[in-house]
Amino acid sequence: MVVVVALVVVVVGSVVFHMVSPWWWTPIASNWAYIDTTLVITFWITGVVFAAVVLFMAYCVWKFRHQPGRVATFDPENRRLEIWLTAVTALGVAAMLAPGLVVWKQFVTVPDEATDVEVFAQQWSWGFRLPGEDGRLGTSDARLVSADNPLGINPHDRFGQDDVIVASGDLHLPVGKPVKMVLRSIDVLHNFYVPEFRAKMDMVPGMVTYFWFTPTRTGEFEILCAELCGVGHGYMRGYVLIDEETDYQAWLQEQSTFAEQYAGRGVRAASVSP
Amino acid sequence: MDTAKGAGMTVILVFILSIIALSFWWLLRQGVMSKPWLETGAIADVAPKAPFPVERVGLGIFLVVVGSLFALFGSAFVMRMDLETWSSLTLPGAVWLNTSLLLLASVFFHLGKRSALRGDLSGARRDMTGAGLATLGFLIGQLLVWRMLQTGGDGLTSGPAASFFYLLSGLHGLHILGGIVALGAVLAQNGIDPRRIRLRVGLCAAYWDFLLIVWLGLLILFMGWANRLIDICRTILT
Amino acid sequence: MANITHRPDEHIPPAEVPDVHPPHPHTWIGRWVFSQDAKYIAIQYSGTAIAIGLVALVLSWLMRLQLGFPEVFSFSSEAYYQFITMHGMIMVIYLLTAIFLGGFGNYLIPLMVGARDMVFPFVNMLSFWVYLLAVLVLVASFFVPGGPTGAGWTLYPPQAILSGTPGGQDAGIILMLLSLILFIIGFTMGGLNYVVTVLQARTRGMTLMRMPLTVWGIFTATVMALLAFPALFVACVMMLFDRLLGTSFFMPTLVEMGEQLSYGGGSPIVFQHLFWFFGHPEVYIVALPAFGIVSDLISVHARKNVFGYRMMVWAIVIIGALSFIVWAHHMYVSGMHPYFGFFFATTTLIIAVPTAIKVYNWLLTLWRGDIHLTLPMLFALGFVVTFVNGGLTGLFLGNVVVDVPLSDTMFVVAHFHMVMGVAPLMVIFGAIYHWYPLITGRMLNEAMGQIHFWVTFVGTYAIFFPMHYVGLVGVPRRYPEIGDPAFMTFAVDGLNAFISIAAFIVGAAQVLFLFNIAWSARHGRDAGRNPWRAASLEWQTPQVPPRHGNWGDDLPVVYRWAYDYSVPDAPEDFIAQDDPWTPQKVPA
Repeated sequence: MVVVVALVVVVVGSVVFHMVSPWWWTPIASNWAYIDTTLVITFWITGVVFAAVVLFMAYCVWKFRHQPGRVATFDPENRRLEIWLTAVTALGVAAMLAPGLVVWKQFVTVPDEATDVEVFAQQWSWGFRLPGEDGRLGTSDARLVSADNPLGINPHDRFGQDDVIVASGDLHLPVGKPVKMVLRSIDVLHNFYVPEFRAKMDMVPGMVTYFWFTPTRTGEFEILCAELCGVGHGYMRGYVLIDEETDYQAWLQEQSTFAEQYAGRGVRAASVSP
Repeated sequence: MDTAKGAGMTVILVFILSIIALSFWWLLRQGVMSKPWLETGAIADVAPKAPFPVERVGLGIFLVVVGSLFALFGSAFVMRMDLETWSSLTLPGAVWLNTSLLLLASVFFHLGKRSALRGDLSGARRDMTGAGLATLGFLIGQLLVWRMLQTGGDGLTSGPAASFFYLLSGLHGLHILGGIVALGAVLAQNGIDPRRIRLRVGLCAAYWDFLLIVWLGLLILFMGWANRLIDICRTILT
Repeated sequence: MANITHRPDEHIPPAEVPDVHPPHPHTWIGRWVFSQDAKYIAIQYSGTAIAIGLVALVLSWLMRLQLGFPEVFSFSSEAYYQFITMHGMIMVIYLLTAIFLGGFGNYLIPLMVGARDMVFPFVNMLSFWVYLLAVLVLVASFFVPGGPTGAGWTLYPPQAILSGTPGGQDAGIILMLLSLILFIIGFTMGGLNYVVTVLQARTRGMTLMRMPLTVWGIFTATVMALLAFPALFVACVMMLFDRLLGTSFFMPTLVEMGEQLSYGGGSPIVFQHLFWFFGHPEVYIVALPAFGIVSDLISVHARKNVFGYRMMVWAIVIIGALSFIVWAHHMYVSGMHPYFGFFFATTTLIIAVPTAIKVYNWLLTLWRGDIHLTLPMLFALGFVVTFVNGGLTGLFLGNVVVDVPLSDTMFVVAHFHMVMGVAPLMVIFGAIYHWYPLITGRMLNEAMGQIHFWVTFVGTYAIFFPMHYVGLVGVPRRYPEIGDPAFMTFAVDGLNAFISIAAFIVGAAQVLFLFNIAWSARHGRDAGRNPWRAASLEWQTPQVPPRHGNWGDDLPVVYRWAYDYSVPDAPEDFIAQDDPWTPQKVPA
């Protein structure tokens, strides 16, 4: 019975592949371990259902295959069986949905102590902005973007003057402190995606999106764009470095604020032009 | 983050859910709870089939599709209106003249229906011609409205409300134009049997009534009367 | 509904459907080119869909060359994005939707409900010609300067109409949008026919609950398509305005490559809502006909009635209705209001329940059946495996928080290929093996069919099952080359190469299948009447293959549902729907 063997091989092969293959998610570096847990629960439930369905089908094909004299049973329906199956399915679905919704509630509830960190995207590079001493990001607008003001920050907003600008280069964040990633794009859709953080969110021109997380271990993590944004999409990469507090402070001291950069550029522009 | 985005989808949802509710109601009357394997044999007393000819059913379903189309535009309109840069559009008074012309066309069709029912075929033709002329007047009037808007500085790209107005009135006009072509085909046929004439006048009347309703719906959107309703809905939702 | 008698010899009241005589073609052109006969239109639709599908197959080979062997075959990013965009769009719209509704719908609906033809044959013919025009416009976009659009099949603005995307500032995107608009117009013409034919042209005795599930599936899918395609139409028209006339429906203020554009105030999210309001029902527009057809295949080839027929009908209708309130599960990470996630995750997972019921009922149809492992049955079994697999991974992506790490990765690509690529294709193949004898009077070659099935089933599973793990590792979709970044637990190069090789082999098997179709039309074994001994009406025509007008002088009278297989005491193991046989003892 080739078909029966094939069906069993599909199940066994899939399970074995899942167990022994080296391809698995990357070790987590954020507080979203709950997402991994929900994923594992889903794997277990769906895995059992898949194996049960296909093995049952293989059994049927073997047991009820056509043989001389075999007659099928006339069997229009069985209310009780169907109600039972529906109830069990609903229960399984609820077992996956409930933890999912609980974790989603956490995911969308940004804690008060989270620091705003702005990620800025354009075709096909990343920029970053950190709030200065005042702890607030200044306003911004795509209409203000120019060579002197690549992130389009409002020069008349006092909250923006001390913002730390990382127009190109890597983003550093301190470990163990919750951050609210405020996402902004000035041209097309992008998506800020760091596999180790588990979280991702689209960046939509004309609006500001966000997600939050807490980095849980230090290291260098690659940023990928996860929304097709044109021909450079596959090469739109960047890095986030999660530092110990002291290293982070040291890095922060080396960065310049918007006021410094804007003024500096402005002076230089003035001196160049006759 | 703008939280209201997507709330406009309620327009199309309300439309679709009413269609779904209607379909379920209809299905329940079609014996979907029966057990067909127990019901062998010829069916003796068939529940009387809906007495509609296929053309009417076809037109009805087509109008549902067109309704879905305009409900979706309504959704897009409301979603776009939620964004900051919305500026409303002041329509010239001529739209009211156009509206009355479209209304007149509908009235003519209903008169034509009556004439056809009485067997007065030449009367029906006369009424349908009148309806066609009123509709042509409507289309010309719409073009004039476009022209007035343009000279008044409300061009296609002058603002989102203007863009929507040109797009939606244009699409509505195209549907009207399609109706006029069909009407022309009906009028061009001579010596057709009275039953067919009666059917066709009825179809035209239904189509024009529907496009009149769509046009009134668009007017409600563009006059800003919908805003208050939407505000009420939003306070209920939040 | 109606009172039922069990005396077939009694007086039969006059037909409830007025008999019609569809226009009769007198010339070769009238029959084959400007045909108004649904059976010929079905073949025209299917032929066109398969032809354009072959283009998409070749495009998938090209993209797998890039993904599997990036050092050897390095296409430009532009070309790669054009391959994936056109592959996706063609497969979803121009192949799957067209072949299920335009192909199977046209062929099977009139025959299965006992009609002479579709109710509006002329409009039906126009439907095909507009579809053909849509396909030609689509093909034309390959030959314009700049090539076809490379915006991804989702065509998200603003990038779809900007210069950073292939075809965005050239003709590519314009032709794509025009082609979609034409497709929708053409489909609406056909769809009106399918719906009104089912509603109004069923023969005497064919109550709704006596219709085969194939008709239920196609009918429900058509109703959904008629309501959902306008959303795509609206989105396309508004995007065309943005692209050609400078409006800002979807376009916010933006700076492209350092240059301020004149757009402002619009929102890309509005497009996404419209697109997915069409896009999610579209999944079921493809799936529901597949559900219906596979139920019939399993029933006929297991010689057993469909288990739980009523449940199956209700599940089809409920899935169809629910599919209109789940669209935003494609947008969990799009930046829409996060609280929508609660609602849409719940509705999405609720759909799993009626879908699961369908799977159980297929299995319970096999249970205590008399399973003939014919080619249609093999493909039906293959469908159940791939559909269950793809459906279950849908539970990952529908559950909002699990979707966050997985969305926009190769996991999504694997999921939707399994559930709406491979699974419906299995049904299409099974259905072709099943109904080919009806269409041509000959059987398809069995040996070629066996090779085709095994290569396709094993091959597609080998392609798409491991692909989930590529996504799990974290590889985003729509990357021509991922390289070996640090986050990967293990490089995916080898796996990608393996998937590519499997894809080439599976593609080659499809060429064999097409050869089989052509070869068997002439050399296939004579099928005779009703080779599968099926009970449903399409096999009971006076001539096989059915002639013009389908039913000879008189429309058939239907006495039973479509699933009277292995009825106790019956003379044969099936009773045709138009057979007035009743058991000696009237069942209580």
